[in-house]
Amino acid sequence: MSLDAKIPQGPLAEKWSKHKFNLKLVNPANKRKYDIIIVGTGLAGASAAASLAELGYNVKSFCFQDSPRRAHSIAAQGGINAAKNYQNDGDSVYRLFYDTIKGGDYRAREGNVYRLAEVSVNIIDQCVAQGVPFAREYGGLLDNRSFGGSQVSRTFYARGQTGQQLLLGAYSALNRQIHAGKVKMYTRTEMLDVVVVDGHAKGIVTRNMLTGAIETHAGHAVLLCTGGYSNVFYLSTNAIGSNVTAAWRAHKRGAFFGNPCYTQIHPTCIPVSGDHQSKLTLMSESLRNDGRVWAPKTVELAEQLRKGTLKADQIKEEDRDYFLERKYPSFGNLVPRDVASRNAKEMVEDGRGVGASGFAVFLDFADAIKRLGEETVAAKYGNLFDMYIQITDENPYKQPMRIYPAVHYTMGGLWVDYNLMTTIPGLYALGECNFSDHGANRLGASALMQGLSDGYFVIPYTLGDYLATIGPKKVDTSHPAFEQTKKEVIEHVNKLLALKGTKTVNEYHRELGHIMWEYCGMARTEEGLKKAKGLIQALKADFWKNAIVTGDNEEVNASLERAGRVADFIELGELMVDDALMREESCGGHFRVESQTPDGEAKRDDENFAFVAAWEFKGENQPEVLNKEPLVFESVHLTQRNYA
Amino acid sequence: MSNGNMNLTLKVWRQKNAQAAGKFVTYKAENISPDMSFLEMLDVVNESLTHKGDEPINFDHDCREGICGMCSLYINGHPHGPKRGITTCQLHMRTFHDGETITIEPWRASAFPIVKDLAVDRSAFDRIQQAGGYVSVNTGGVPDGNAIPIPKVVADEAFNSATCIGCGACVAACKNASAMLFVSAKVTQLGLLPQGQPERYRRVQSMVAQMDEEGFGNCTNTGACEAECPKEIKLTNIARMNNDFLSAKLFRQEVLHEEQHGGA
Amino acid sequence: MSEFKQTFNSSLGKKLIMALTGLFLCTFLIVHLGGNLLLFKDDNGFGFNVYANFLTHFPPIEVIAWILYLAIAVHAIYALILTVKNRKARPVGYAVAAKSDASWSSKNMGLLGSILLVFIVIHMGDFWFKYKYTHEVAFKEYRTDLATDQTTVSDYTPVSADFNHSVSTENNVEIVRVKDLHARVAHTFGNIWYVLIYVIAMGALSFHLLHGFQSAFRTLGWVHRKYTPIVYGIGAWFFAVIIPIGFALMPLWYFFMHKG
Repeated sequence: MSLDAKIPQGPLAEKWSKHKFNLKLVNPANKRKYDIIIVGTGLAGASAAASLAELGYNVKSFCFQDSPRRAHSIAAQGGINAAKNYQNDGDSVYRLFYDTIKGGDYRAREGNVYRLAEVSVNIIDQCVAQGVPFAREYGGLLDNRSFGGSQVSRTFYARGQTGQQLLLGAYSALNRQIHAGKVKMYTRTEMLDVVVVDGHAKGIVTRNMLTGAIETHAGHAVLLCTGGYSNVFYLSTNAIGSNVTAAWRAHKRGAFFGNPCYTQIHPTCIPVSGDHQSKLTLMSESLRNDGRVWAPKTVELAEQLRKGTLKADQIKEEDRDYFLERKYPSFGNLVPRDVASRNAKEMVEDGRGVGASGFAVFLDFADAIKRLGEETVAAKYGNLFDMYIQITDENPYKQPMRIYPAVHYTMGGLWVDYNLMTTIPGLYALGECNFSDHGANRLGASALMQGLSDGYFVIPYTLGDYLATIGPKKVDTSHPAFEQTKKEVIEHVNKLLALKGTKTVNEYHRELGHIMWEYCGMARTEEGLKKAKGLIQALKADFWKNAIVTGDNEEVNASLERAGRVADFIELGELMVDDALMREESCGGHFRVESQTPDGEAKRDDENFAFVAAWEFKGENQPEVLNKEPLVFESVHLTQRNYA
Repeated sequence: MSNGNMNLTLKVWRQKNAQAAGKFVTYKAENISPDMSFLEMLDVVNESLTHKGDEPINFDHDCREGICGMCSLYINGHPHGPKRGITTCQLHMRTFHDGETITIEPWRASAFPIVKDLAVDRSAFDRIQQAGGYVSVNTGGVPDGNAIPIPKVVADEAFNSATCIGCGACVAACKNASAMLFVSAKVTQLGLLPQGQPERYRRVQSMVAQMDEEGFGNCTNTGACEAECPKEIKLTNIARMNNDFLSAKLFRQEVLHEEQHGGA
Repeated sequence: MSEFKQTFNSSLGKKLIMALTGLFLCTFLIVHLGGNLLLFKDDNGFGFNVYANFLTHFPPIEVIAWILYLAIAVHAIYALILTVKNRKARPVGYAVAAKSDASWSSKNMGLLGSILLVFIVIHMGDFWFKYKYTHEVAFKEYRTDLATDQTTVSDYTPVSADFNHSVSTENNVEIVRVKDLHARVAHTFGNIWYVLIYVIAMGALSFHLLHGFQSAFRTLGWVHRKYTPIVYGIGAWFFAVIIPIGFALMPLWYFFMHKG
C-alpha cells in the first residue's frame, strides 16, 4: 500500500492556508446531520469535541475515567509553546518550526510542524479567552519562561500546572456543549474496538465499566484522542489508566502504526525507590532553568554518597561534574530531553550515580537560591518542591534533588496524513495518539501545543472535507459489521475472564516493563532487541495461559479492565521492538548503540532512514509489514544536531 | 529513606454496587515499605487478594501524582488521610506507624452514590460545571492573549481557585456534605477574570441552582472543607460566591435569564 | 417563580435568612444588655422598672419587639429546615468520626442554638410573659423629691385590675407607679437552678456567636482582606466574651451580692 500523506504543495508558509481553502466544506445546515464519535477527553479530545459541537456536528464523547476532566493531559506541568514573540527575543513561527524539526532530530514532516507552529499563537488566545489563568507579569501581560531545546522564551505557563489549566479550559468548553445538548458524554466507558464498514470507520464498540454492557455506537467519523502508550514500560509518568487499547485495536483493524519505537525518556523524574513503585513522578523540565545537573567527579565519591556516608552538600565544587554545562556550553542544562536523559544514564553506567540505588544524578538549586533567594525559587517551583518532599521525604531547598530519566511520552502513534486521518478512512487520530509532529523527540511544552492544535484548529477544518465527501447518509448500528465486531469483543472479554491461572496481570505488566526498559529503553542494541522479541513472545503465550482475572463482566471489574490493556501492551511491545530493530540508526529518543558519533551522540542515517515507519497489521501472530513514508525536507537543511 | 517494613490492619468498606448493602472487612497489609504510597499499599493487598482468587478492593485512582482528582479515600476520619494539602495518592506510608489499624471509607454523601467498594459517582460535579462553569466563547475569533491586561495579583488569585481538582474531598469533609467550596472555586476563578465578567451573574445562579438540585447540603462556614482540600482552596471563595449570588438575585437590574435544561 | 421566591428557596437564600436574622438578633443583644445594666444600679429597681415599662408600652418599640420574636422564630425554623436538608445530604455517616480541623462551635451550632431556644422560652416565660400577661408581678411606687432628688420606694396595690402604670407630680414630688419586675428578677436569681441555667445559656451564647457572627458576614459575602479581621475581633471579643459575660454577671450578681 502506498502512503499518501496529502501534504499540500507550495511554499511552506502557505501550505496550510492553501489547504484550508481547498478543503470541502459542510453547509452549516447540514452539519447537524453528522454524528462524530470522539474517544478520549484530554486536550485533543475535549478541544475537538467542543469545537466540532460548536460548528453544529452531533458529538458523542467517551472517556474511561469518571469525568472528562481527569484525562492525563491534566498532569502536564511546565507549559505550552507559542510563537508569540511577546518577549521580543527573536522568536517567530519559523523559529518554532525550526526548533521543533531540529529537536525531533529531522524525523517529522515539515508541513505538519510548520502548521503546528503557525496555529500555536491562536491556542494562547483561545485559552486566555476561556479564562485560563496563565502566569502574568506585574504589567498585566502574559509571562514566559524558557524550555529545553530552544534559545528563546516562548513557553506560557500556569505555575507548575499548565496542563491542568489548559485541560480545564477545554473541559469547560466541552461542558458548555454538553449543556447545549450538542455533545453526549459517556464516562466510565472504554472503547474496545472500531467498527469498519466497507473500508470506512463507522463506529466503535464500548464496554460500560459500571455494568459491563458491551455497546455499539455509530457515527460518520471516529476520532481517537486516546493519548500515548508509555505504560508499555509499566513504570512511566503516565496515569495508571493510560493505555493503548483504543489505538491498538484500531491498528488491528487496519490503521497503520507510525514509528512505534520513538519514546521519550524525560530526564527529570524522581528516581524509583523500590519494587512496589506503581508509577514515576515527573519534575517539570522548567526546573532545568534554574537547577544545575551534576554528578560527582569520581566513582569513589559516588560510592560514599550511595552509602550515605557523605552528603551532597559536603562535596566540594571542584569535585562536581556539571556534565551538561561542560559538554554543551551554549545550551547547558537546557539541552533537549533525549540528550539530557542519555547523559544521566551515562553517568550512572560510569559508576557515578547517586542515591541508595545508584540510579540518579543531582539537580541542584543551591546556586539559584543564592542568586534569587529561597522565596523566589519557592514562588517559581514551590509546588514541585513540595511534591518532591512528599515522595522522597527529602528537602530540595537544603539538599539537591535526585533525578533520573523516566518514560514520559511516545512520539510514535497511529500514522495519520496531513488531515490527521489514519489509513482507515473516517478514522482520525489526534494528540499524542498520532505520530505526527514531534519526529523522534518531542521538545518540552510542545505536547500541549500539539493536542490543542489538533483539536481546536486542525480537525474542525480537515474533518469537514471527509464528511462532505461521504455525505450525510445516516449510519446505524444495525449493519452486520457492528454485530460482528461486538461479537468479537465479547469473545475477547470472555477469553480474558476465563483466565484463572497463577500470576496476576500486574505481574505480567511489570515483567513486560522490565523487558522494554532493559532492551528497548534509553539505549538499544540489535542483540538486546532480538532477545526482547523472544522474551515478549514467551510472555504473551504465558499470559494467555497463566494470568488471573477475577470477577465477572457484569460489574465494576478493574481486574478485567487491566487485563485487556496489558494484553494489548504486550502485543504493542513486540511491534516496538520490531521497529527499533529495523531502524538501524540513532535519532532523538531512539538510540541505537551501534550508531553513535565518536563522542557518544546519536548518529542519524539520513540516507537510509529518513522515512516514517508505518506498520501494517497482517493478522494474529503474523509479522507486521513495514510501509515507508519518505520524509522530504524542502526548507531545512539536515544536520547532525549540535547543542554544544 | 527509612527502612523497616510495617504490618498494618486495614478496615475497608466493601460494597458490591450502589444497591447492595456494604460492610467493613478487615485485611492485613504485611511487609509494607514506608516509602510506598497509600495506593501502592492497597495494590499490594489487592495483589495478594487476586492470588487467592478473591476480588480486589475497588478504588478510584489514575494519575497518582495528585492532580487528576480521581483518588478519593476517607482514611481514619480524614478525606485523603491525615496530612494536609495532599491527595490520597500522595500520602506515603511513613505517615503511619507499624501495627496501626487504618479505617478506609468511601466519600459519604447522597449526591455521591457508591459505585463499588471505595469508589463513588461524582458526576454531580460535572453537571454543576455543565450548568455554567465556562466562558461562552467558540473556538476562533477571540482577541489576542495580551489584549486585556490582567493584574498579576488577580491572575494569581484566579489561579488559586482554578487549582481545584474536583476530587470531592470538600464534600466528604463537610459535616453537611456541602459542595460549596467546589462550586465557589469555579465561580471565583471566572468571576475574578475579565473574560468571565459578561456571564458572571448568570453563571453563579445556574451553578448554584444545579448544586441545589443535586442534593448537596448547605455551608455552615465550619471550614472543614478548606482544612481538607488537597489544593488548599480557601473558604473565601464561598463568601465570594455568596456575594455574587446575592447581588445577582437581589440587586442586579438586568434580567438574568435562567435556562432550564434537563441536567440531572 | 418570582426572583425573590427563587432566592429564598435556594440554599444560599436560606443561609441569607439565617445570617440576616442572626445579625439582627446580635444588635438586639447589645440593646438588651445596655438596658439591663440598670440591674446593677442600686436604686431599688427604679431605673430598671421604668425601663421595662418603657419597653413594653412605647408603640414603636413594641413593633420592633414583635419583629424580634419573628426573627427568633424564623432563625430557629430555618435552622431546622437547613439541618434536616443537611442530614439528608449524608444519609450514611462515617464509621470514624470526622477529624477535620474545624472549630467546635462551628460544628455544634444546632446544639448551641437549641440550648438558646430553650433558654429563650424559659426566660421569656419567666419575665416577659408574666410581666405582660399575668398579675404575678406586683407594683411599686417610687416617690422622688424633685428638690433633693431623693427617691423613696413602697409597695403599691392598684385599685383597678387593668392598671399598668402611672406618672404624676404632686407638691414637687414625682410619683411613679410601675410593675416591679426588678423584684421578680431578684427573686428568680436567688434560685441556684435558675442561675445555673442562665450561666450555661450564656456559655452557649458565647460559642454560638463566636462562630455565628463572623459566619453571617461570610454568608452575606462580606469578606475583605482588611476588614474581615476586624469582624473576627468583634465576633470573638465583643459578642463571644463581653456580651455573654455581661449577661451572666446579672444572675451571679444577684445570687451572691444581692440576696433577698
